[in-house]
Amino acid sequence: MARAALLGRLNWTLGEVVELIDETPRVRSIVLDVPEWPGHLPGQHVDIRLTAADGYQAQRSYSIASAPENDRVMLTVEGLPDGEVSPYLVDELRPGDKLELRGPIGGYFAWDARLGGPLFLVAGGSGIVPLMSMLRHRAVTESSVPSRLLNSSRTRQDIIFREELEHLAARADGLDVFHTLTRRQPDGWDGYARRVDAQLLAETAWPPASMPLTYVCGPTSFVETVANALVLLGHEARRVKTERFGPTGG
Amino acid sequence: MAHVSRGFRGRRAEDRGGSALPPGQYLEDGFPVLSAGPTPHAPLEEWTLSVFGDGFEPKKWTWEEFRALPSESIRTDIHCVTKWSKLDTSWEGVSIDTLLENVEHDATHVLAFCDGGYTTNVPLEDLVDGKAWIAFAYDGDPLEPEHGGPARLLVPHLYLWKSAKWVRELRLMDHDEPGFWETYGYHMYGDPWREQRYSGD
Amino acid sequence: MGNAELRVDGNAVGGVLGEIFVHEMTSARVKCEGCSAIEPLGAEHVYMQAPGIVVRCCHCESVLLVITQRDGSYMIGFQQIAWLET
Repeated sequence: MARAALLGRLNWTLGEVVELIDETPRVRSIVLDVPEWPGHLPGQHVDIRLTAADGYQAQRSYSIASAPENDRVMLTVEGLPDGEVSPYLVDELRPGDKLELRGPIGGYFAWDARLGGPLFLVAGGSGIVPLMSMLRHRAVTESSVPSRLLNSSRTRQDIIFREELEHLAARADGLDVFHTLTRRQPDGWDGYARRVDAQLLAETAWPPASMPLTYVCGPTSFVETVANALVLLGHEARRVKTERFGPTGG
Repeated sequence: MAHVSRGFRGRRAEDRGGSALPPGQYLEDGFPVLSAGPTPHAPLEEWTLSVFGDGFEPKKWTWEEFRALPSESIRTDIHCVTKWSKLDTSWEGVSIDTLLENVEHDATHVLAFCDGGYTTNVPLEDLVDGKAWIAFAYDGDPLEPEHGGPARLLVPHLYLWKSAKWVRELRLMDHDEPGFWETYGYHMYGDPWREQRYSGD
Repeated sequence: MGNAELRVDGNAVGGVLGEIFVHEMTSARVKCEGCSAIEPLGAEHVYMQAPGIVVRCCHCESVLLVITQRDGSYMIGFQQIAWLET
């Protein structure tokens, strides 16, 4: 793993918003120019800190969506109705604004093509973000590591990066994408239509004997359900890496 | 100061210009859940509350016995060290005075022990004379586990970390001893009006 | 599971620990004195909705680390950590 992204004390620094992209009705990508950005590993995140004029501060972590091969850092944020930081990022932020951030952070929940596979990525809602960095990196480096993504979303409109995932799967370079929609499915939907359970995982995961590297990301209860089910299916716990985002809608 | 984020003010409720808040606090409409660990779920059949210390026989109540004690309604403001304050909250609980009735002791301090291992320390005089309760109901309903149910200590004149959730034992002592957060830098006393958040404040 | 939803994992303390330690800490392994389990910090349970951050063993919930902050200074309490290896 690239040591440059893993050594050295972290500090708060300022990035500048250069572009904003609406991904879904509630999700927005923020492209940042971060001076002296050391680069990052797919799967890493940054901490964002907001400060009000009276000194009041709030801080949250957001996964990096962009591949390390990009110069700019893209964060993809879901606006939570009761949130404190995410509504600001999704509704208020404008190009030219500065954002205080600390990162890149993480080494446990990180993957790059040198680690090989087969790779199994399991995403719940906005948990797709760090996994997208892995898939974008995989595509840009033209890796053919056998990979599968199981992506859980509420409705088709809520699938983040839906079109890009279609393009990635269409490259026929060893990536298969499975979707499940838990709340509502469009007419003619041929993907899964329920919350991820043991049976769904048994059908989509690599066989345990192939020793896959698995990354599970999303709300805490989603991650714990999936990770526990994978271990019960015979996957080695050490090869199932998790990143919990905390409560849904909190 | 850190970079000020244009247009950010956070989720704080508008100050309605009513009661003054302690310094550094902001008004909160919700009731945030703060926790240092998983929520304990002690079955009521096994729940007991004890008061013990030197020089007297320990007192112990089962849930039925505890709920048979005289209780009272409390209407008070609460202040969390993480800066939110909630005004005019209503609780129901058993006064610590009731629990200490007929207990002969010369204790000066109390250490509260809770399910899940949490502890906190409070001077005895801040728990008696109607200043503190073991609360079992909030806003008319049984206290929810995430807010400390079945019963929590309630000491509203101090920061809310002193109102230990899932309280099970009160140890009366002749000296002060730091509890969980106090061990890691938080103030031994914790008066919100003197903004005693950290030791040395 | 009660408020298990409120817990996150060691990835969430990567930033704080990254200000204190030179080595990346989410991949640092820790041994729990409560149950002897060895796990990367990233896999351990973290409770952040509190006056401080509490890191607990993901197997037995023993308290491993407590992190509090005051102004720019951090205090790290080491509880049930037998060792930590970067």
